[in-house]
Order: sequence, then structure tokens, then C-alpha cells
Amino acid sequence: MSNETSTEDLLRELAPQVLGVLVRRYGDFATAEDAVQEALLAAAQHWPVDGFPDNPRGWLIQTASRRFTDHVRSEQARRRREDEALLAAPPPAEVSDTDDTLLLLFLCCHPQLTPASAIALTLRAVGGLTTAEVAAAFLVPEPTMARRISRAKQRIKASGAAFHKPTIDEWPDRLRSVLHALYLVFNEGYATTAGAGVTRVELSAEAIRLTRLLYERIPGEAEVAGLLALMLLTDARRPARTGSAGELIPLAAQDRSRWNRELITEGTRLITGALAQDAVGEYQAQAAIAALHDDATAAQETDWAQILEWYEDLERLTCNPMVTLNRAVALAMVAGPAAGLALLESLDAALAGHYRLDSVRAHLHEQAGELQAAEAHFRAAAARTTSSAERDYLTTQAARLGLPAR
Amino acid sequence: MPKFLLLKHYSGDGAPMPEWTPDEIKAHIVFQQTLVAKLAEQGELVGAEGLAGPELAKIVTFGGPGAAPIVTDGPFPEAKEFLAGYYFIDVESQERAYEIAAEASGAPGPAGAPIYERIEVRQVMGAPLTDA
Repeated sequence: MSNETSTEDLLRELAPQVLGVLVRRYGDFATAEDAVQEALLAAAQHWPVDGFPDNPRGWLIQTASRRFTDHVRSEQARRRREDEALLAAPPPAEVSDTDDTLLLLFLCCHPQLTPASAIALTLRAVGGLTTAEVAAAFLVPEPTMARRISRAKQRIKASGAAFHKPTIDEWPDRLRSVLHALYLVFNEGYATTAGAGVTRVELSAEAIRLTRLLYERIPGEAEVAGLLALMLLTDARRPARTGSAGELIPLAAQDRSRWNRELITEGTRLITGALAQDAVGEYQAQAAIAALHDDATAAQETDWAQILEWYEDLERLTCNPMVTLNRAVALAMVAGPAAGLALLESLDAALAGHYRLDSVRAHLHEQAGELQAAEAHFRAAAARTTSSAERDYLTTQAARLGLPAR
Repeated sequence: MPKFLLLKHYSGDGAPMPEWTPDEIKAHIVFQQTLVAKLAEQGELVGAEGLAGPELAKIVTFGGPGAAPIVTDGPFPEAKEFLAGYYFIDVESQERAYEIAAEASGAPGPAGAPIYERIEVRQVMGAPLTDA
């Protein structure tokens, strides 16, 4: 069993390195990626039985190269230009694996791709997951995921995006795409914790692993540190976030002794370091808020005044109505529920019909002692959410408030 | 990405399929197959099935502890409208789900004219939003 685990870990660590070598050698990213995937599958089959080869990385490069050549040969009859790609192989530059992993992340999260395809491709090409694992993680059939990945690669090819470091002009945009993709992977994993089958790859852990890889390569980028901190500080609360039946437990009601102190310490250290640098970005602001929550030993001790300030900063950075919604919660904690409710009125247009608006209204009305209004908004929110766990939570809240009236 | 069920409601308007010409029926089937193949190719398909006709539909209810299930022909044997099948899709957005539903609704019928099938779009429950 432990041998299995270590094969898996080793393969996923080596996947981007091997892919980097092949892309450098042959220049054809799409075919190289397929070849590496096949080599990984072969290794996963053979290594646990035959034991590790003396040089696992060399074994994978050799196997993948052979598969690449096979692909090109079989395509030659109808597609001459694949042949040219092989012949016109760029000179094998000696660059460290460190750079390759970074370049692959930038390529797979290219802004030309939709977030869903960027995520799928990143998990396979950089994360070293199999198509089946990615498909299972997103609960779609394997052929559907295979098509999504292959379309992503076609799109990269068509866009002319190349395996090289983005220029200084491109850098901020490209980095933003990478961070956004990693953030979405983390959220997908974090949100689906409850009731997730054991066979599903843990997406939050994978997002943290990939963000760490990125951070190790560009530690000077404050937003990368901010995102890693945000993930750690959020993940730290996971053990307390759901109850025995998988039901959601809101932050204020969580058993804080179950929070992961180690992750909180690391996340806090990262965000403190990042904030000491220059301009603050949105992930740093979110991480700062998460750190303030994690820092409170009891819900009543939360420093809402500081959290409110961070939401104001975040609102300026993102202009996102969901941030305003969260600011209303913080404002209510600082200045009372009436102030929060007044702020919510400014969101009626932007978030019309969104369950989150009803849900926050319900909480603030309850805080103000307006129980009937609270119950009505809990009901409205329950009717509109697209998550079973949230619907259960909101329905329970409505029922709790409805009881005394009966 | 959100998942949606697109429920195909057959309504009694228009001529029933057995009254179409064989070529019209064939064109309709090819349209359905092409649409499903296209969704698969685009990495958006989770599943798609047609359902057996309402003549075979049963309503089943719990018969009580230890008792046999109660199976009836349903409360609406004369219904002019029934569920004909579904597409199960995984797409970027609700707008994309509407786009696919509209395309499905335009399946060809007699003389190749769109049948304007009613497609009910229902989002499948997924993960909650994160708290931050």
C-alpha cells in the first residue's frame, strides 16, 4: 500500500519535469502531453509490481519519447507537419526543471482557455493526474473529460501560445489566469468536502500542492504568497466545517479547537510576509480576512473592525457585489444589523434573485430580532440555492425560526 | 462548472411521430444523434437518454411496512404531455445550458420544420459557495 502511494507521489512530482523535457525536445506540446500521460499510466502499472527503475525520471523520459515517436509516425501518413515538428526539433536547451514547471503552469492556464478547460489541462499536465482521476473529481464521464482536455490543447495550439516565459507586459495577465485557475481548483475541492467519495482525488490538497510549486519558484510575487496563505487559512477550518451528517456548520458555530493550528501558523506567516511588500492584491486581502477569523479563539473575539476595513479594500480591488455582500455582514457586526441591511439595498439590482443575498438578509434580520422577516428570507434562500448542503442548512434555519409561531 | 438536466417534454401539439414520413423520422433521429455527439465532442456531455413511452410509465408508492409496493398506471393516463428524454450536461454557464436547450428544441419534424419541443432546464445541485 505504501509502495502504491509513493509511486503515485513520485509520478506526480516527475510529470511536469518529464513533460518539460519532451516539449523542449520536440516542440509539440499537445502530442508530448499525450505521450507523457501514457508513460505515467505505464509506470503506474509496472512500478508497483516490478519495483522502481534505477532512474525513474530517465525511464519516464525514455518511455514518453518512444510514445511520442509512435504518435508522430502513425500520424505521418495523413499529417506531414507533425513530422516537420519532429525534424525541426529546437536545440535542447539546458534549463532546470524548476523553470519547466512554471512555464507549463503558464501555458496550461493560458487566458485563451475557459477556466474549466484550463483547470482540467493543468491537473493532468502539471498535476500528473490521469484523465480518469480528473473526470472523477468533477463527476463527469472520462470521455467527456478527455475531450475537454484535448480541446484545450487544440485551442493552445491554435492561439499560437508557446512554451516560453511570458514577456514583462504579458506577465500580470498571465499570472492572474494561473492564480484564478488554482483558486477555482481549491474551491471546488473545499466546497465538495462533505460526502466526497474516498476515491476522488482531493482537489484542495492538489491546489495547495500546485500553488506551493508556484510559490517556491516565484516567492517574490506577493499575490502568489497571498493565494497560498488563503488556501492554508481556509483549509485549516475544514475539520470543523461540517458535522457528523455532513451538514454545514457556519463559521460562528464551529468548534475552533478542531481548526488546524499548523496550517494557520504557516498561512499567517505567509500573509504577514506578503503584506509587508508593496501593493495589496485581492488574494492577499482575502487571506488577511481569513487570518483574522482564524486568529479569534472564539467567535465573539473576532476583530470585525479590521475585517470591515479589509472588505472595503477588497471591494475597491474587485468591484464584486459578492464582496459588498460580505462587507454588509462585517458592517452589521461593527455598526449593528440596520446598517448592514441598509447596505444590502444597494445590491438588489446586482444580485437580484441570488440566494446569497436572501441568506445574508435572513441572518441580519435575525440579528435585529425581526424573526418573521428572517424566516421568510431563509425560505427564499433555500428555494434558490443550487447546493444540497446549503439548502439543508437554510431550510433548517427557517424551520428553527418558524417553530415558536406554530 | 454547473450541471443541468434538460428535460424534453413531448407535448401533443403537432402530428405524432408515427404519422411522419420515414425520411422525416430519420432526419429527426440524425439530429438527436448529431447533437449528442457534438456535446460529447465539446466535453459538455454527462449523459443523454430517451425514455420509453408513457404507455409503459408506472407510478410506484410505498405500500406500507411489509406490504407490496403499489404500482399504478399513474394519475394522468390521458396526459397530452410527457417526459420524452433528457440531456445531462456539464457546462460553463446557465446561458450555455439555455443555448443547448434551444438548439434541442429546434429538432426537425414534418417537412423539416422545427418542432419547438419544450425543454425544461433544471440545475443539478452541486457544491456550496465557499465562505470567503
